Amino acid sequence: MTGKNPAADPLRARLRRDWPLLLMTAPAVGLLLLFHYVPLLGNVIAFQDYSPYVGIAESPFVGFANFQWLLLDASFWDATLNTLGITAFQLVFYFPVPIALAILLDSVVRPRVRLLVQSVVYMPHFFSWVLVVTLFQQMLGGAGLVSQILRENGHEGIDLMTNPDTFLLLVTGETVWKDAGWGTIIFLAALAAIDRNLYEAAAVDGAGRWRRLWHITLPGLRPVVILLLILRLGDALNVGFEQFFLQRDAVGRDAAEVLDTFVYWRTLTTGEWSYGAAAGMVKGLVGLVLILIANKVAHRFGEQGIYKRT
Amino acid sequence: MTVSTARPIWDERPSVAGRTLKSVILTLIVASVVFPIYMVVLTSLSPQDVVSRAGGLVTVPGELTLAAYRELFSGGVVTRAVVISLAVTGVGTAISLSVTVLAAYGLSRPGSLLHRPLLFLILATYLFGPGMIPNYLLVSSLGLIDTYWALILPSAVTAFNLVVMRAFFMNIPGEIIDSARIDGAGEFRILGRIVLPISKGVVAVIGMFYAVGYWNSFFNAVLYLNDNAKWPLQVVLRQYVLQGQSLVVGQTSDTIAGEPLPPSLAIQMAIVVLALIPVLFVYPFVQRHFTKGVIIGAVKG
Repeated sequence: MTGKNPAADPLRARLRRDWPLLLMTAPAVGLLLLFHYVPLLGNVIAFQDYSPYVGIAESPFVGFANFQWLLLDASFWDATLNTLGITAFQLVFYFPVPIALAILLDSVVRPRVRLLVQSVVYMPHFFSWVLVVTLFQQMLGGAGLVSQILRENGHEGIDLMTNPDTFLLLVTGETVWKDAGWGTIIFLAALAAIDRNLYEAAAVDGAGRWRRLWHITLPGLRPVVILLLILRLGDALNVGFEQFFLQRDAVGRDAAEVLDTFVYWRTLTTGEWSYGAAAGMVKGLVGLVLILIANKVAHRFGEQGIYKRT
Repeated sequence: MTVSTARPIWDERPSVAGRTLKSVILTLIVASVVFPIYMVVLTSLSPQDVVSRAGGLVTVPGELTLAAYRELFSGGVVTRAVVISLAVTGVGTAISLSVTVLAAYGLSRPGSLLHRPLLFLILATYLFGPGMIPNYLLVSSLGLIDTYWALILPSAVTAFNLVVMRAFFMNIPGEIIDSARIDGAGEFRILGRIVLPISKGVVAVIGMFYAVGYWNSFFNAVLYLNDNAKWPLQVVLRQYVLQGQSLVVGQTSDTIAGEPLPPSLAIQMAIVVLALIPVLFVYPFVQRHFTKGVIIGAVKG
């Protein structure tokens, strides 16, 4: 970097010097303003009885009526409970998988084997949810591979894709298949950052393989684990849209309706735009509060959190 | 990331049982990814009688044929969807990547005018989204409903990708850029001649992230495209494979009294393969840059 402080120059000089940089930034900022900030204003329809025929300007204001309706709506609460239930379930049964997988991968000594396994397990992250659900359908569905094998052996086929009782297992299984491999990247980096001398010193002191795992590897991963755990909590209302949208019909609303699909279907089937916007806004606001709380907690743990001052 | 090349001397050799268990687990994990893809590809390449004899998906290779693909590409819904998806992916990725590279560089010079507030404005999009309904209203009032721009513009810039790329650019030693500036190069020339050539890896990774996003885009299409003649491949995949709806493929499909039949399993699996191929094709070339690109973004974000 240059010796002088470029921020100290007079504004006019800085403008003359930096205008190409501003020009470069303009398209991205423009797109984000238009497609991220302008629609925020559209949330005003949550306080209206919005009708697409008369538009936002002409629709009558109704105050918090939509929100009152929402809080009295059993199906809204069902969707909220489903969302939180899925988050909680995945916290227990998905969250540890990438950590375990990363430790396993890290223990693979031969580079070629390791790179091969890594390349394969990262891949499903790049498949669309339609594709993932389709593949699961072909494996576990009524006409799928598992049923096919069962029938060949004289049993009845099973259809795991339409069973509301096992839906939690199904979506968690899909998430593990799709993203557990990709999730290992950050843990592998944390593992690579652990000082190898610690292992050697522990080994000299007589610590075996498992003691080293317990006393060196796991503590070494702790900051990343805490950070990701907190971030996950901040994201509790976002379980992913497409996965549930795609499977809602097959499994039924009782099990598969989450907040995002609730907003979509309520608005689409009834044309209650204001109501859907109110539901979306509640979700967004609760999500924002959760993220801010989570970030505070992260700072409290001495971590960077999701943003830090640059 | 370092890949340890040899076992350190202090590390005792693993037991045979331990080693075997580890191999079995790793093999199962790899198989769980590879095997479904293998079956789907094989079924799509098998003629009707082989599929019927297998009673579903084909696991043992027998006779192979390209009949399913020939039928899909004989014109009609799937051909059109593939063209649409490719075009949206190409145009979208080009736009996203240019806009992101420019902004990432524009915000990467320390102390430049307004870079803090602009960066904050971009980072703040991490924290909240406007919600689906307001988004829909905006897209519709811009007149983008039933246009392909509705699949591109709303998601053209991702703050995460921008921040990752900016972090990479910031790691480039300032001396290189300063010396170019002293030699009289403008910012655009510095970006094109110096920064981009040494950033091929991260550009490839971010480009792939964007491309995969466009190729996989499904929900925007469901939301913004009412006209089913404009469906991209992912929507077709859902309609004809996941939901098993009838398919009109060119003029060759079998019909009973004018009603199109549900597509055969081989054809369904061929649609799956079409959705899969671009990812499988691009992935190996970009894959080796992942770790570097993603970790830099995660650590320096």
